Amino acid sequence: MTHDREICGTIFNIMRFALHDGPGIRTTVFFKGCPLHCQWCHNPESIAAQPEWLFHEERCLSCGLCARACPESAITMAPGGPVTHPEKCTRCGACARICPTEARAWMGDQWSVEQVIKEVHKDRSFYEQSGGGVTFSGGEPLQQPLFLEALLRACRQRGLPTAIDTCGFAPQQVIDTMLPWTDLWLFDLKALNPETHKRFTGRDNQQILANLAHLLKQNSRVRIRVPLIPGVNDSAEEIGRIGAFIRASGTPEAVHILPYHRIGVEKYQRLNKKYTLSDRLPPDEAQVSVAVNRLLEFVNPVIIGG
Amino acid sequence: MMTERVRKLREQSLQAVPHLSAERAEIVTRACKNIGLESAPMQRALIFQAIMQEKEICILPGELIVGERGPAPKATYTYPEICCHSLQDLEILDSRDKVFFKVDEAMRQRYQEVMIPFWHGKTMREKLLAEMSAEWHQAYKAGIFTEFMEQRAPGHTVLDDKIYHKGMNDFITDIDARLAALDFHADARACDKQQELRAMRLCAESIITLAQRYAKRARELASQESDPSRREELYHMAAICERVPAEKPRTLWEALQYYWFVHLGVITELNPWDAFNPGRLDQHLYPFYKQEIDSGALTREKARELLQCFWVKFNNQPAPPKVGVTAAESSTYTDFANINVGGMRADGSDGVNELSYLLLEVIDEMRLVQPSSNIQLSRKNPEHFLKEALKVVRKGWGQPSIFNADTVTEEMLRQGKSLEDARCGGTSGCVETGAFGKESYILTGYFNIPKILEITLHNGLDPRTGTQLGPQTGDPTVWQDFSDLSSAFSKQMRHFIDIKMRGNQIIERLFARHLPVPFLSLLIDDCIAKGQDYNDGGARYNTNYIQGVGIGTVTDALSAIRTHVLTSHTLTMAEMIELIDTDFAGHEPARQLLLNKTPKYGNDDDDADDLMRAVFEMFYDLVNGRPNTKGGVYRIDMLPTTCHVYFGSVTGATPDGRRAWMPLSEGISPVQGADRKGPTAVLKSAAKMDHVRTGGTLLNQKFTPAILEGEKGLTHLAQLVRSYFLLGGHHIQFNVVDAETLREAQRHPEEHRDLIVRVAGYSDYFLDLSKALQDEIISRTQQQGF
Repeated sequence: MTHDREICGTIFNIMRFALHDGPGIRTTVFFKGCPLHCQWCHNPESIAAQPEWLFHEERCLSCGLCARACPESAITMAPGGPVTHPEKCTRCGACARICPTEARAWMGDQWSVEQVIKEVHKDRSFYEQSGGGVTFSGGEPLQQPLFLEALLRACRQRGLPTAIDTCGFAPQQVIDTMLPWTDLWLFDLKALNPETHKRFTGRDNQQILANLAHLLKQNSRVRIRVPLIPGVNDSAEEIGRIGAFIRASGTPEAVHILPYHRIGVEKYQRLNKKYTLSDRLPPDEAQVSVAVNRLLEFVNPVIIGG
Repeated sequence: MMTERVRKLREQSLQAVPHLSAERAEIVTRACKNIGLESAPMQRALIFQAIMQEKEICILPGELIVGERGPAPKATYTYPEICCHSLQDLEILDSRDKVFFKVDEAMRQRYQEVMIPFWHGKTMREKLLAEMSAEWHQAYKAGIFTEFMEQRAPGHTVLDDKIYHKGMNDFITDIDARLAALDFHADARACDKQQELRAMRLCAESIITLAQRYAKRARELASQESDPSRREELYHMAAICERVPAEKPRTLWEALQYYWFVHLGVITELNPWDAFNPGRLDQHLYPFYKQEIDSGALTREKARELLQCFWVKFNNQPAPPKVGVTAAESSTYTDFANINVGGMRADGSDGVNELSYLLLEVIDEMRLVQPSSNIQLSRKNPEHFLKEALKVVRKGWGQPSIFNADTVTEEMLRQGKSLEDARCGGTSGCVETGAFGKESYILTGYFNIPKILEITLHNGLDPRTGTQLGPQTGDPTVWQDFSDLSSAFSKQMRHFIDIKMRGNQIIERLFARHLPVPFLSLLIDDCIAKGQDYNDGGARYNTNYIQGVGIGTVTDALSAIRTHVLTSHTLTMAEMIELIDTDFAGHEPARQLLLNKTPKYGNDDDDADDLMRAVFEMFYDLVNGRPNTKGGVYRIDMLPTTCHVYFGSVTGATPDGRRAWMPLSEGISPVQGADRKGPTAVLKSAAKMDHVRTGGTLLNQKFTPAILEGEKGLTHLAQLVRSYFLLGGHHIQFNVVDAETLREAQRHPEEHRDLIVRVAGYSDYFLDLSKALQDEIISRTQQQGF
């Protein structure tokens, strides 16, 4: 087990008191790097596998400490604040470490299994009281399978309940490796229509659907999470296809509808990335309930929210 | 649903303008002129008798429970024998924006002509301040500690169930038996005891007199009443006042009226801190309620109405006027009567009953800042009870607060109380643990822990006043490691605790000698049995507290020094001291570094939390177990009322990045905004303190309303509370309000007059708070779900 404890992975956040990533009060560990890049993603900092920084402009004092700390001279000071020259940046993180106001927030640190376990163990009493536990999310946890497996085993050893929040895009054998150590799967299902899926997430959904069907056959505890994105997957036809697929594949514990929201939008700006769905409005209650009712024709229960 | 009667009485109470009444001052002054050679207890009893005989009787239309302290709702007494207000004080009280008391011209004139000339130089406040040493005065002025007894009397006690089993005539029988048994040959104190017991007896008779005067007035009003149903009510109320407090109560109505007379007696005799309090009301009243419900004599609706009328009476009595530092440390109309619901019974079984739920409904509907209310949550109480209470909490105005009945019991057992006394006790005031009906648990003053660090970093000098207040404990710039700092800090703390405690001992004797409280003594075991006054050790348990303030701020400050000066050497000690001396002027990046890159208390980070524990242990070791003059000992608790704002206003910038004169951290809550890992991390950090060795700790958390919505939100809140209590936490309370709502209230006060928030161990109208305190509450971390 010494070996396991020393395995490291890239994580960009560990959030305590997570209430929407499975039952009870949980701690969610966010893995960095995702094979999909869904256009509605509210954690855009999770997508790239390599470390990067979020820049909170409103916190910046223009003190110049970042520019002075950068060994590559990749930051220069301009009247409006620091300017970063990405071609020179080696992602060493020195700028964020020195930034006194945390205007430069570093996303993506190396954590050992031991360090993560120490952190997630802290809220054990709250898990016990609430039926909660640890959720591995991201990004995509299955993208770092050795690290994930070691974490799951370490949690099991210590009696911490686990969940994996996944987009489902991984070789089936990776899923099989995790199966014995995972208490609950939160499986995202974005679209059945292959073109839609490809267009909005950048990946084909064939492997994802196969994995979901496979998991359901193993009698694993699975909660399917369907983000409801206006103009992407909210037509009666598409929701019907999703429902039919689930019914044909097995019995999940529940299907959760996660209505599109815009909470992550400002992060795109902080990452200097473009948000492509800026014309989209969150669905209103009536639209959500139409989708719920449509799904209920196929599966039960359907729950709004995580 | 609130009846029309209750709605009117409640509205009348809310609309009444707090003002001063000279009635008590007049009667006391006159009585003092007439009393000849009498022992102190007999003097006090004669004064009490005069007030009970002469005070104006007030019965308001529609009232079911009668009795006002003054001549009308919110007509507030003064206590010139303790603190005789100057004309300037009266002017300040009348004209200040917050917590004002209107003073009319007639009262000013009487003060100028009668009260001030008579009391000048003779009051407890003057006597007490004259007895304090020069170094006490210096430290007091510097804001190192406050002194509770400077304008108010020791009180801090709560009633048990004894009045529901005994009338005043039964108390008189007990007193007579004690008087008859006094042995003047063998007992050198027999004569003193005789005086005290006679004084108690006279007080018991006097409260009966007051009730009889109320009965008489009720009959008069009845005879003039045209509405037959009100007439019948008034006759019934007259009969009740003739029955109680002389005899033991037989009905819920009699029980409530009896308590109310007793309450008035206690808050009229002197102006004790934390008013007085019926304690475990659901336990005490349940036998009456059950019997009457079973017999059909009472409906649940009638019981609710009676309780609501009872609630209004508390709201009609603002805390007596405070000025100066005492006003700053407790800037509120609230007088801290804090009703306990739930908990355990004496035999250890679940104490929740039908009345507990009814009381929660009353608390919810009345939405008054007085009385305060809390639930005593034991592991034995049902989840349903917790959730019903949290449904009220979730509405966001800070009541009821939530206590861990199992930890509270454990605290009392550690202090050596019997298991039954512990289980029948609870918490009062803000968060203070006590054995109800049997303990005098006196809060003596707040202690400014971050100020001690400031003085330590200046080698005993107070940088604000430029005075050398403490011993020279060394030049900080030569310190090599943390133990140098910690040892100097501990020496300074000992120095000031010693000054505070020496003052306390003297003040305690002054009250014992000059201002005994024979009426209160009747009510608290074992004053009758011992023939000894409440203020002189008559209670079964006699505990004194010093309340530590600013543990969050001092922890973060120590952590900043350890991190940046002693470990990473990003700053030298001289630079750090320069930064705080100049309030970080021109060094915002350095201040931000201290704010953001220091391990801080409240994040479940052992590096910081171990420092919190070290400070806690230091404070505990210096205070806990030292003897007071009443046969009891000193202990610590951790609560601030509004003192964290006052202490902040006298404390310069601190190494954690806090700017000069800004509020300190509140209770055992983390520094405002320093806790960044969510509520579970805060609870874990706070639970690292050993709450069992305190007499109360205060933790406030602020939540956005959205996260507590629905059944799921309620469940999460219940789980947080239960988890914190499993970890040993003493108390938790929630503000459920958006910072934006509070800012909106600052911008448009006229639209938010009814906005109530949790301050520290009590709730108050947001607009009654000082701007500094309003801003402090806004700056507290707003917890949300993720």
